[in-house]
Amino acid sequence: MWKTVLRRVVIMIPQLFVLSLLVFILAKFMPGDPFTGLITPETDPARIEELRERAGLNDPWYMQYARWVGNLVQGDLGTSYRFKQPVEDIIGEKGLNTLWLSLLSVILLYLIAIPLGMLAGRYNNSKLDKAIVLYSFISYAIPTFVLALLFLFLFGYTLHWFPTIGSVDVSAVPGSFDWYWSKIYHLILPAITFAILGTTGVIQYLRSEIIDAKSLDYVRTARSKGIPMKKVYSKHIFRNSLLPIAAFLGFTITGLLGGSIFIETIFGYPGMGQLFITSILSRDYSVITALVMLYGFLTLLGSLLSDIIMSIVDPRIRIE
Amino acid sequence: MVSVTDEKKVVSSPPTGFQVVFREFLKDKLAFFSLIAIVLVTIYVFFMAYFVIDNDALMRVSLRDKYAEPGEKFLLGADQGGRDILGQLIIGAKNSMEIAIWITIITGIFGIVVGLICGYFGGWIDNIIMRIIDFFITIPSLMLIIVFVTIIPKYSQWDLILIMSLFLWPGIARLVRSKALSESRRDYVNASKTLGTNDFIIIFREIMPNLSSILIVELTLNFAGNVGIETGLSYLGFGLPPSTPSLGTLVSYARDPLVLQQYWWCWVPASVFILFMMLAINYVGQAFRRAADAKQRLG
Repeated sequence: MWKTVLRRVVIMIPQLFVLSLLVFILAKFMPGDPFTGLITPETDPARIEELRERAGLNDPWYMQYARWVGNLVQGDLGTSYRFKQPVEDIIGEKGLNTLWLSLLSVILLYLIAIPLGMLAGRYNNSKLDKAIVLYSFISYAIPTFVLALLFLFLFGYTLHWFPTIGSVDVSAVPGSFDWYWSKIYHLILPAITFAILGTTGVIQYLRSEIIDAKSLDYVRTARSKGIPMKKVYSKHIFRNSLLPIAAFLGFTITGLLGGSIFIETIFGYPGMGQLFITSILSRDYSVITALVMLYGFLTLLGSLLSDIIMSIVDPRIRIE
Repeated sequence: MVSVTDEKKVVSSPPTGFQVVFREFLKDKLAFFSLIAIVLVTIYVFFMAYFVIDNDALMRVSLRDKYAEPGEKFLLGADQGGRDILGQLIIGAKNSMEIAIWITIITGIFGIVVGLICGYFGGWIDNIIMRIIDFFITIPSLMLIIVFVTIIPKYSQWDLILIMSLFLWPGIARLVRSKALSESRRDYVNASKTLGTNDFIIIFREIMPNLSSILIVELTLNFAGNVGIETGLSYLGFGLPPSTPSLGTLVSYARDPLVLQQYWWCWVPASVFILFMMLAINYVGQAFRRAADAKQRLG
C-alpha cells in the first residue's frame, strides 16, 4: 500500500519539474518585466538597469530558474504588480473562496448523482431510467459556460432567486449570522451549476455497477436468506458500489479546477479562476505563473488521491 | 410469404460496415434526426456563409438599429452596433465549425500515428511517449492555452488551431495506443510479421483498418468537444481573434449584465445553437459507438 503511494509521489516530481520549466519559459516570453510599470519618460535608463541587476534579471536563465524554484518551494511566490501585495496573500484569500465553492459543489454533486444513479440502476430500462440517462447525457454534452449563463439568466436575473455577482453581501457585517448566510446564499447557484456538470460520470458508473451487481452471487445469497429487496439495495449493493465512486473524488477535483475559470468569471465569484482571468487581462505575470503552478500541482494531487483511494478499495491495481 | 431461400440468404450475410451503422440509426430515432439536422444545418451554414452573406455589409454599424428587437427587419434582432444577429450567427457557426474540424483533423492524425506507433512497437519508444502523454494529461491545459494565446503578439486563427491541437492530441493517442496494443498481439499481425511484411505496412494497412470504428466514434465526440472548448475560449476572449467572430464571441455579449438581462436575443441564439450542435453530435457519436460495439447494439 505505502509502496504504491510512494511510487506515485515519486512519479509526480519529474512532472512538476517539467511543468515548472514550461511555466518559467512562458513567463520569460511574456512582454515586460517587474519594472516596466515604473518606467516614465524621466526615468534614467541606468537606474532601471541597476534595479534589473539587483533583482537578478541579467543573470543567465538557469540561475533565474533555480532562484525562482527555490523561492517557490519556500512558499515565496513574488509580488503582484497589480495589487502590490505578496502573491501568496492574494491567492490565499481567493483560494479560500474557491475552496468553499468546490466543497459545496462536491457535496451537491454526490447528493444529486447518488440517488439518480441508484434509481436508474435499480429500475433499469424503465421510463425513470431513460429520463435519468437523458439528463446525464445532456449534462455531459452542454458546455460549462452555456449552462452557467442560462442559469444566471434564468435564476439570477429573471426569477431573482439568487444573487448575480460576488461572494458576499457588502452590507453584511463580517462574522455575523447574516454574513455567513449571505456567503452560502452566493455560493448556491454556482455550486449547483458545477454539481450538475459533474454528475454524468458518477451516475453512469453507479448505474452500470448496480445493473451488474443484480446478477451477482452475493445478491442472490442475500435474497435467498430472505432479506427484502429494498434492504439488499440500500445495504448490500449500495455499499459495494459506493467504494469505487469515492475514487471519482480526485477526478472531480480536477474537473472543478478547470471549470472554475468559467463558473467564477460568469457568476462574478472572486475565486482563483476569476483571479486568473483578471491577472491575464492586466498582465500580472507573477500571479499567473503562481496560479498555473498551483493548478498543475492540485491536478496531480487530485489524480494521486484517486489512485490512493482506488488502491485502498481495489487491491488488484496496486503497483508493485 | 418469405420463401426459404430468402431466409437462408439473410442468415448467410451478417450485416457489415455501413449496414450496421444504418440499422443502428433506424433503431434510434433521435440519433437519426440528429444526423439529418446536423447535415442540413451544416450545408445551410456553409452555403449562406460562403455564397449569400456579404461580410462587410453584415459588420457595418448602423446606430439606428441599435439593439433592434427580433422582428421583421432582423429575424433574431440586432446587437449594440445594429448588426444582424442571424447573419453573425451563421458566420460564427461557420468559423467555429471550421476551427473544430481542423483541430479534429490535426489532433486525429497526430494522435492516431503516435498511438499506433506506441502500441505496436512498445518498449522504450512507448515508455518515453507515454510519459509525455501523461504529462500533457495532468497539466492545466485550459490555463496554458490562455497563456499561450496572450503571449503570441498578433495571433491568427491558425495559431489558435495549432495551440489547441498541441494540448488536445494526447487523449486520442492514449486511446489508440491501448487499442493498438491489444490488436498487435493478434495472430494476423504475427502471421504478417512472419511473412516479413514491413512494420509500417502492418501498422497502417492492417492494424489501422481494424480500429476504424473506434476512431470514427472518438473523432466524432472529439469534434463536439472541440466546438465546446473553442467557443468557451472565445467567450472568455482568448479564442478566435476579433476579426473572425465565433459562436463564443456572440455569447460573450452576455458578459455585459445589461445585454444578459434585457437584450437576451444577442446571446441566447448562439447559446442554443451551441447546445443543439453539442447534443446532436453527441447523439450521432453514441449511435456510432453502439454500431462499433456488438454488445451495445440496438438493431
